[in-house]
Amino acid sequence: MVFELSRPGRRAWSLPEADVDGPSLEELLPEAHRRAQPPNLPELSELDLVRHYTRLSQRNWAIDVGAYPLGSCTMKYNPKLSEEAASLPGMRDLHPFEDDDLVQGALELLGTLELALCEATGMARMTFQPAAGAQGELTGLLIMRAYHDAAGDPRRRVIIPDSAHGTNPASVTLAGFEAHETPSDERGLVDLGALREALADDVAGLMLTNPNTLGLFERDIAEIATSVHDAGGLLYYDGANFNSIVGLVRPGDMGFDIVHLNLHKTFATPHGGGGPGSGPLGVVERLEPFLPSPVLEWDEGAERWSWDHDRPRSIGRIHSFHGNFGINLRAYCYLRSLGPAGLRQVAERAVLNANYLRALIEEAFPTAYPGPCMHEFVSSAARLKRLGVRATDVCKRLIDFGFHPPTIYFPLVVEEALMVEPTETESKETLDSLAAALNQIADEAEGDPELLRSAPITTPVRRPDEARAARQLRVRWTPADPDGGS
Amino acid sequence: MDFLPHTTEDIEEMLSVLGKSGLEELFEPVPEKLRLRRDLAVPEALDEVSLRAHVVELAGRSQGTERLVCFAGGGAYDHHVPAAVSALASRAEFATSYTPYQAELSQGVLQALFEFQTLVCELFAMEIANTSLYDGANALVEAVNLAVRATGRERVVVGSTVHPHYRDVLSTYTSGLGLDIESVAFDPTRGVVDWGAVDAAGAAALVVASPNFFGVLEDVSEAAKTHPREGLVIAVTDPTSMGVLAAPGDKGADVAVAEGHALGNALAYGGPYVGLFATSERLLRQVPGRISGETTDRDGRRAFVLTLQAREQHIRRARATSNVCTNQTLMALAAAVHLCWLGPAGLARLGEICVRRTAYAAQRLAEIPGCRVKFPGPRFKELVLQLPSAADEIARGLARRGYLVGPALGRWYEGLGDCLLVAVTERRTRADIEGLAEAIEKELAQEPAAGSAGAQEPVAGSAGAQ
Repeated sequence: MVFELSRPGRRAWSLPEADVDGPSLEELLPEAHRRAQPPNLPELSELDLVRHYTRLSQRNWAIDVGAYPLGSCTMKYNPKLSEEAASLPGMRDLHPFEDDDLVQGALELLGTLELALCEATGMARMTFQPAAGAQGELTGLLIMRAYHDAAGDPRRRVIIPDSAHGTNPASVTLAGFEAHETPSDERGLVDLGALREALADDVAGLMLTNPNTLGLFERDIAEIATSVHDAGGLLYYDGANFNSIVGLVRPGDMGFDIVHLNLHKTFATPHGGGGPGSGPLGVVERLEPFLPSPVLEWDEGAERWSWDHDRPRSIGRIHSFHGNFGINLRAYCYLRSLGPAGLRQVAERAVLNANYLRALIEEAFPTAYPGPCMHEFVSSAARLKRLGVRATDVCKRLIDFGFHPPTIYFPLVVEEALMVEPTETESKETLDSLAAALNQIADEAEGDPELLRSAPITTPVRRPDEARAARQLRVRWTPADPDGGS
Repeated sequence: MDFLPHTTEDIEEMLSVLGKSGLEELFEPVPEKLRLRRDLAVPEALDEVSLRAHVVELAGRSQGTERLVCFAGGGAYDHHVPAAVSALASRAEFATSYTPYQAELSQGVLQALFEFQTLVCELFAMEIANTSLYDGANALVEAVNLAVRATGRERVVVGSTVHPHYRDVLSTYTSGLGLDIESVAFDPTRGVVDWGAVDAAGAAALVVASPNFFGVLEDVSEAAKTHPREGLVIAVTDPTSMGVLAAPGDKGADVAVAEGHALGNALAYGGPYVGLFATSERLLRQVPGRISGETTDRDGRRAFVLTLQAREQHIRRARATSNVCTNQTLMALAAAVHLCWLGPAGLARLGEICVRRTAYAAQRLAEIPGCRVKFPGPRFKELVLQLPSAADEIARGLARRGYLVGPALGRWYEGLGDCLLVAVTERRTRADIEGLAEAIEKELAQEPAAGSAGAQEPVAGSAGAQ
């Protein structure tokens, strides 16, 4: 713990003197505004600091360390050139209030990225303000609300399939709508009958992930779109699984009106241990007036990019500045690396890898729904329950084989779910060894289930007690802490 | 350049395992009529050599704070990012990891976040903190939503001296919830809200910024005295000021929020930044976003996990405390490293430099004929400079002379069209301040700038040397 390394008087900092004439700090700041006690920050040498965080980094899995087949997370390789690009002067050192004329390179980058992502999604315009997928969702839902309100037809409910990510219903509530959950049918797809029944004139729209979180393509999407549109609703595309169709199918062509992308998934920007991401939001032409302000414009005559703040029907701002520019520029680099053929290959290979891995482990971990999958699949470990082995035990054991486990217990519609998404950047050898490990684990479950229940054995900590963490809450370090002083 | 490992043989073998003769067959579930039968009209692929040259060319067509001497502020500041911070926060073990749901493989990030929470609590003198939100505006929104949940009230009183973009985001975010958000005017001579005179009856929250958007310190304790029982005081503050300024927690604030980018993160044209969020323990279960908690593992060792997840969207869904999922973890980590690099003495020095150099700048700029510094202060690292004519025009002229200032205030505040912000960080030397003053004098005298629009080197200053 960094606080336990602290020694009074030690320092890493190196800063100039104030070096100006004039009044002292005490003269400038009235006592009421002055801090009496400095914050209790640790005091370390720079070497201590470097070693501390280097050690922490060594206690962390990462794509650069090994395979990361987390379903729904698209943990693909993050190209290094993107990092270099983000660190260039002219990129990393731009102030968000600079005059448009001073940042034409950055605006051209955003403008080109917008055009390319609109083309890939079949949308008319896109905003880069949303910092992550969930903020994109809220932005899209507020646009949905503004659209219906502008038409003098305010609506109350948004329909969401039961396999949806939790952010969908949470965003619906935050946008002031009511989430209406619709069931999946025996195919794992939207139950068209149930959907049609739910559609009424108070439905603002439907949020859909396609392929859905079961890794299945909603093949009735054209009928779904017609039904929703006929009822006066809008169709929202959650781009969490866009990786499986990029370059092959466009949400706009499926009938979607609003689309968010997760650039930290499909467009290979590093996920940073939980963020930053970027969740740009695209809309069809009739929703364009409602986009967050400002929007980027190209003046052909003046050959100049500029932000247009004159957007009277805009829902308003959703981010302090222009969104996660540093992430958007990494996505731009990735897109320019791949080009049209490369993007299509991303989807093809992602789907190939998922189906291949699925076939190799199908016997041990059957998928919940038959038929080919898209970029991910959801297996079930329910068969092992009779042996006293749960999905989580399979995962912990997999760690001992040198793999990050898949996502577990999601989607909720599958018992003992193992949600696996290998991504296109993993090689056949990696998939073969991952499958071999999973198959061996299934054998171990039969022969020696305790091996699974006692896993992992190779990690610095083993099965931290989550119940205790929630019961005896310790969410900050305190010096008086009797256990923490080691 | 495609980052794909498959050889032709790999593809053939994999397809044969699947009993397929081509990749096309894998897409059988996708209806034929929906498939795109052409290439996407996006730029052709570039090899790494060409792509690097291209991004360097693009970067060359923007001018940042390495080329221009930056006195611009308004919620984003040109602070020094220590080399150790950049080196540690860019480690791929952190950068290319996912959300730490698998605790055994994520102890590094989980512990770093636990430490971050502690550091944020220490900074603001608050009891608990989360692992970050998107940015300053988002942290404010989440604080307001927490106050509305905790009090069951819908009236929110916001100082007009809170960052205009934050107020804009707040109104966007809450537009569907039907909150009654009320902006209170500031005293035109002092540039602060007179919180003692504000009617706070029935309010879920009072939102007060100190330092405020004008750089002036505002009286959080006055707001705390004003607020009615059970209503919350939300303080928007600046983490770089916490070595010298009284902490929100010591002034009676119930929630402290801030933009944290100035700790360890680049300007990056406004993002990725990091929203800091801290409050008191009694509100813990209402807190948005992820929280790292300490526990023990099976062998009794100290371990960290994401805790109280039942508040969050992936468990609670439509009834979650927030929709936030992905946050700004890597930025939070950089902020933590920066705070540990500074320590209490470094943070105090940083604050002293900001306060004293800003005071020096205020004195020097006020000497320029036709200029005055508005609002008497006290202030932290930013001031409002009133000019003899439209401020946005003058700001553009100054950029041509190598100086970034602003933003100009006319776009948000009627009557302040001749005013702009000037921010002074530890990167701005006394010589930089002198250079800015001379540039303003020349600009007001309409002396021609050397060279064409913004293309020349700074006339003075040290921006390139850091």
